[in-house]
Amino acid sequence: MAWFKRIKQNISPDTQKSEIPDGQWVKCTNCNEIIHRKQLETNSFVCPKCDFHFRIGSEEYIKIILDHGSFKEINKTMKSGDPLNFVDTKPYNSRIASTISKTGLFDAVKTGSGKIEGRRVAFGCMDFKFIGGSMGSVVGEKLARLIDKAYTSKIPLIIISQSGGARMMEGAYSLMQMAKTSARLARLAEAKIPYISILTDPTTGGTTASYAMLGDIIIAEPNALIGFAGPRVIKQTIGKDLPEGFQSSEFLLENGFLDFITERKELRSKLVQLVDYLSNS
Amino acid sequence: MIKNILEFEKPIIDLESKIDEMRKYEDNLDIKDEIEKLENKVYLLKKSIYDNLTRWQRVQLARHPERPYTLDYIYRVFDDFLELHGDRLYKDDKAIVAGFARLGEHKVMLIGHQKGRDTKSNLYRNFGMPNPEGYRKALRLMKMAEKFNVPVITMLDTPGAYPGLEAEKNGQAEAIARNLLVMSALKVPIIVCIIGEGASGGALGIGIGDRILMLENTWYSVIAPESCSSILWRSWDYKEQAAEALKLTAPDLLEQGIIDRIVPEPLGGAHKNPDEMGIILKKVLTEELENLLKIKADKLVKDRLNKFGAMGVFEE
Ligand SMILES: [Zn+2]
Repeated sequence: MAWFKRIKQNISPDTQKSEIPDGQWVKCTNCNEIIHRKQLETNSFVCPKCDFHFRIGSEEYIKIILDHGSFKEINKTMKSGDPLNFVDTKPYNSRIASTISKTGLFDAVKTGSGKIEGRRVAFGCMDFKFIGGSMGSVVGEKLARLIDKAYTSKIPLIIISQSGGARMMEGAYSLMQMAKTSARLARLAEAKIPYISILTDPTTGGTTASYAMLGDIIIAEPNALIGFAGPRVIKQTIGKDLPEGFQSSEFLLENGFLDFITERKELRSKLVQLVDYLSNS
Repeated sequence: MIKNILEFEKPIIDLESKIDEMRKYEDNLDIKDEIEKLENKVYLLKKSIYDNLTRWQRVQLARHPERPYTLDYIYRVFDDFLELHGDRLYKDDKAIVAGFARLGEHKVMLIGHQKGRDTKSNLYRNFGMPNPEGYRKALRLMKMAEKFNVPVITMLDTPGAYPGLEAEKNGQAEAIARNLLVMSALKVPIIVCIIGEGASGGALGIGIGDRILMLENTWYSVIAPESCSSILWRSWDYKEQAAEALKLTAPDLLEQGIIDRIVPEPLGGAHKNPDEMGIILKKVLTEELENLLKIKADKLVKDRLNKFGAMGVFEE
């Protein structure tokens, strides 16, 4: 819901600047340090000088978190239908087609199973670069099936969120994905299978208001934008500038909505620790 | 009645006031004939207007300032109501009202968004936009309803969850998410009825149930047409197109398989005859509730999971 606003009005420089530019040398948009791409990669796409976390996608998170080569993707080619024949300034189906060819992704989430230090997990990761990581029928269905996989295989569930919210071009269908995923998580919780939710920049709207906030454990990367309403909407509503750090990971931690914040470099080891604590044995 | 008239209501209102004027001379037989003719004309005009409403016009009806809100239905639909307040954490949200009620012989927990009717009451009700404490009050009372085996009826009518500083600080997203989780596994029947505006997560936050009903002139979608216009068309001027594109009316949602039933409104909309609307709604809610009461709790929950599981369109 909020992602278009953010792109269009460029209201949130901390979101815009997070993307990694092309080229061999990358300039950190936070501290201006010039970093070699290889160095950035070995540092989990975190600036070695100032710890700025660049926004990365599902491919990168799979490499950072899962055991090498262990990820087995499911429902890879599931694609959005265009249930409403939605047309705004451009038809939804051509928006989808061009995003698929531009990103090489079929939709805004990748799901499957993998291992973390030998421990099998159901793993899902969103991609902001696919229409703002927006949640439509495909994201909802793929996550629902991922949750089912965790449920039937009795393995922990990990979902990394990175999303502007529900995808408005699917109207009420996209809203109902919040219901669909939450209902599946209710069943998973009943079966006492752990769910770890990881929030990255940005996680807003219907995504936050459903599966992202329903983890047994909820953790976030530093300085991510996390909220329900987008900053611009809130600003318009209250007619004032927002306080410094409002809706940041640190703000959520302080207000009691996160278990902890972790640097990306430590994400994997923290997950190993958590999976062990949460597993029956 | 004259103060809040929508553009497309005008020709009807004009004719109706003409009839009212003529009634003063009703003793005269010729006038009586004339009135009858005009009444017939009004009926046909109404039929032709309300059978052909655009989606945007339905949105306007859903927001009509005279439209009945949750509290307006209480004494028209229910035989008793005992309001219960507070989230037991820090606050009582006035944008969501809740309490025990009797629907005929059945006890129910009624939970609904509540708008205000004028500036003062709108400020009190925050224009029907809940804060986290509203969702948490609803959550507390739904859990209590489950504990004492009382079915839940929710009434949706909100322009959205409130996008404010305190709301974010206190976890608006978490509050809505928690409700989705708990409602989807609640072991008592839940009937959801959209009585006005069903705006996005703010509506869905009390909107998971076994039967989803929509009054005829309401809307339910992921975003309001104006906001959709401003985001996708980059201008506030495309709200009509946005309403069309979002396919957000009751007939649309029935076709999409997202709602189960449309509740007919009196000709001209619920605000034209709230008493009649109440009678219709009472009948429908009673019928739906009695059907759900026959189903065992475990099956209800399983069916609910499958119901929402089936929503969505994709290609494999
Ligand atoms: Zn830096």
